Amino acid sequence: MVDAPSWLLLAPLALAALAAVVAAFLPPRTAALLGAATAAAGFACYLAGLLALSEGGRITAPLMAVPSLGIGGGLAADGLSLLFAMLITGIGALIFLYSSAYLAHDPRLRRLAVMLLAFMLAMLGSVTADDVIVLFVFWEVTSLTSFFLVGFNHQDKGARQAALQALLVTGGGGLALLAGLVLVSSAAGTTSISGILAAREAVLAHPAAGPAMLLVILGCFTKSAQVPFHFWLPNAMAAPTPVSAYLHSATMVKLGVYLLARFNPLYQDEAAWQAILTWGGLATTATGAFLALRETDLKRVLAYTTVTGLGTLTMLIGIAPAQAAIAAVTFLIVHAFYKAALFLVAGIVDHETGQRDISRLGGLGRSMPLTAAAAVLAALSMAGLPPFVGFVAKELVYEVKIEGGDLAAVLLAVGFLVNAAMVAIAGVLSLRLFFGPLRPTPKAPHDPGFAMLAGPLLLAVLGLLAGSLPGLLGARLVDPAATAILGRPADAALALWHGLNPVLALSAATVAAGALLFVCWGRLVPRLRGLAFIDLLGPAAAYERGLAWTIATAERCTRAIQHGSLRGYLRTLFAVTAVAVLATLLFRGGLALPAFDPTGLDARALAFIGLIVGAVASATAPTVFIAVISMGLVGFATAIIFLVFGAPDVAFTQFAVETLLVVIFAAALVHLPIRRRSRRTGPERATDAVIAAATGLATTLLLLAVLATPYDRRLADWFGAESFPAAHGRNVVNVILVDFRALDTLGEITVLALAAFAVTALLRRGQEGKTP
Amino acid sequence: MNDSLILRTSAPLLLWLALAVSIFIVLRGHNAPGGGFLGGLIASAGILLYAIAHGRDRAMRRMRMAPVGLCGIGLLAALASGLLGFVTPDTPYLTHRWWFPGGGLALGTTIVFDLGVYLAVVGTVTAMFLPLLRK
Repeated sequence: MVDAPSWLLLAPLALAALAAVVAAFLPPRTAALLGAATAAAGFACYLAGLLALSEGGRITAPLMAVPSLGIGGGLAADGLSLLFAMLITGIGALIFLYSSAYLAHDPRLRRLAVMLLAFMLAMLGSVTADDVIVLFVFWEVTSLTSFFLVGFNHQDKGARQAALQALLVTGGGGLALLAGLVLVSSAAGTTSISGILAAREAVLAHPAAGPAMLLVILGCFTKSAQVPFHFWLPNAMAAPTPVSAYLHSATMVKLGVYLLARFNPLYQDEAAWQAILTWGGLATTATGAFLALRETDLKRVLAYTTVTGLGTLTMLIGIAPAQAAIAAVTFLIVHAFYKAALFLVAGIVDHETGQRDISRLGGLGRSMPLTAAAAVLAALSMAGLPPFVGFVAKELVYEVKIEGGDLAAVLLAVGFLVNAAMVAIAGVLSLRLFFGPLRPTPKAPHDPGFAMLAGPLLLAVLGLLAGSLPGLLGARLVDPAATAILGRPADAALALWHGLNPVLALSAATVAAGALLFVCWGRLVPRLRGLAFIDLLGPAAAYERGLAWTIATAERCTRAIQHGSLRGYLRTLFAVTAVAVLATLLFRGGLALPAFDPTGLDARALAFIGLIVGAVASATAPTVFIAVISMGLVGFATAIIFLVFGAPDVAFTQFAVETLLVVIFAAALVHLPIRRRSRRTGPERATDAVIAAATGLATTLLLLAVLATPYDRRLADWFGAESFPAAHGRNVVNVILVDFRALDTLGEITVLALAAFAVTALLRRGQEGKTP
Repeated sequence: MNDSLILRTSAPLLLWLALAVSIFIVLRGHNAPGGGFLGGLIASAGILLYAIAHGRDRAMRRMRMAPVGLCGIGLLAALASGLLGFVTPDTPYLTHRWWFPGGGLALGTTIVFDLGVYLAVVGTVTAMFLPLLRK
């Protein structure tokens, strides 16, 4: 069987990039619908790719190769990549459609559509990259687009803070990831991910293998909101609901899980990898479930259950047996279906009633029956009841845990409690919200239109269908992805009915415990909320303190360094120069004296007398004016030295500069008050004298050392010989400037022009400030 | 406006002299001491002297263009002079082209580059120091 053509990988990226540009010029609603069409087209490409994929095969395509930097670039997709890509584009299409109605009368819908397209492009690039550098670039773009999408309501201070928090946490993790990827790829000798996985022994034998693994895990944990970095995810709920459903539930937060799964073939036998992922994931599930029970805000509850879901995935990757990989992939699909559906339902409820607090909502089913249907179907899958696909996944997870060896008891105990909490929350999100007594809301609710209902209904029904036909799901989607996670063929025999076994008993007990918890929910939440110490001790508080400390330190540093005194700046500059030069000369053996031959002296040496006189005069000058004139003497003496020692070009320029300086000083001194006496105090003068003497000494020693090294004439000879034949000029200096080294000159005049622009802008601002 | 009658009378003449000399210095730069940097400095000195004698605003008017405009034109000229390098394949950017019309004359795109340097220097010096002068 021939693997699919490479354009199937390139086309979705190209389409998304094109659509993002075009959408910026379209009416808002059209832009969102264009996004939906783009995502759907991408989905079709990936589906075609999956159907054409042979057993254990990959699709590859060239992209973003930078050979001069050693970046091979390229895209590649196996079962895991295609599964993620299909979730991204499939759910993406529904999200675009939903957004077109959610923000129907908001002009910012166009901006949302463009940002979402850019985000989708970055996500697709991340999951189909076969090069760690390409992957990292796309990875960071997802963090950036997430920043703008979380801060979408930028007039709201809370939204801005949440956006910054998400960016700092995931961006900081991104830096760790970059370091880890660089270490791993230098150990493997290639930046290609398939190459790294193939060079497993070399990577694991590298001296920095342990730190590299930890850095990669750190990057993935921040992105996927694992404990202790889970706190940014609930705060990111400041984003519009379609964004929360897409980025912070179905796709972006799973990128960390994706990378862990991608690198699992490399590290799966490492005890540290298994331990960190298993225990980190377990802690995350428990934290998420517990914190979810403290919330009544619809979106924050969902955010914490997402944290639990992500923890489950991490834990399953950490547990070694093949069954765990199959469970992870199945749970990934299940979670994407029901969680996206529930988020979209939450968005509908918020949109239609103007209320997001669960404790003030109830009985909505009568006025919005279709929304209620979607919510109930999704919640049943979340609770893990048959015949929904959630049940299949939960059975698998329990099976894995029972086989977990020594850890089985702990894994099962925590897993049981977490699942019971999920059952209870699923009940709250469906039964409590849509049945029971009707509570008054700010707006009279009714079912929304097709655009908003299509997503949640379709996803919820898919959960039901996939549960009823688990064989198809297993062979087509789970097997190829699990194979990629394990690095060896996996065979998922998914089934709804596993017979009467301990797992089924455990499932039944979970549902019973969850039902009990659901009944008590109304009384439980206020008690848990009352435990204020959790907010004080959590990592979110540590983040706040760390941020405040960083800003305060930055302010102190700026005040100390940028104090605004020109004299102080000069002192610092010269002192640093002197110390650096002297230290280098002394400690690295740079001191050397050239051979001195007094017979070589002639009348030309007299030019130096002018230099010395000027220097002494300016150092002892009683007023600024005399100091300036003395410095002029130094300048002209320097020009004369250039002239008599055979550098007429430089001498000429030096004369012109000195002349210009006289004109400029004459113009500037008019504005400056000329004092008879300097205002410096005695100690200041002493300090300045020491710094000046040290700088002079350093420069002298440096020049002597330069003179002591043998003069290499090769370049001078070459330029002298080639100047006329190659460049048709006899003035070697000018030929070098405009021809041989023209690019350097171009750089210099660019700097000049930029300085001129900056000065003009600064002076203009100053003048505007003066006008009343 | 400066009080000195001598300065006010001689400054316009010196301006023309400085400009003429600066152009001469640029043109001969390829074969004798000179070039765009030097020429630019001489021209700037002439303009600043004129501005001291007749005030900043009058000098600006006579330049007919904001100093940063000169910088921009100079930068563009230098950038454009290198483009002819691409006419033949495998020659890199900023490979200068020459034309020999006969009579020992050699014309190259280097002069466009050097004039670009000249304009950028004049623009930068005047942008930075004209504002220091009185209106």
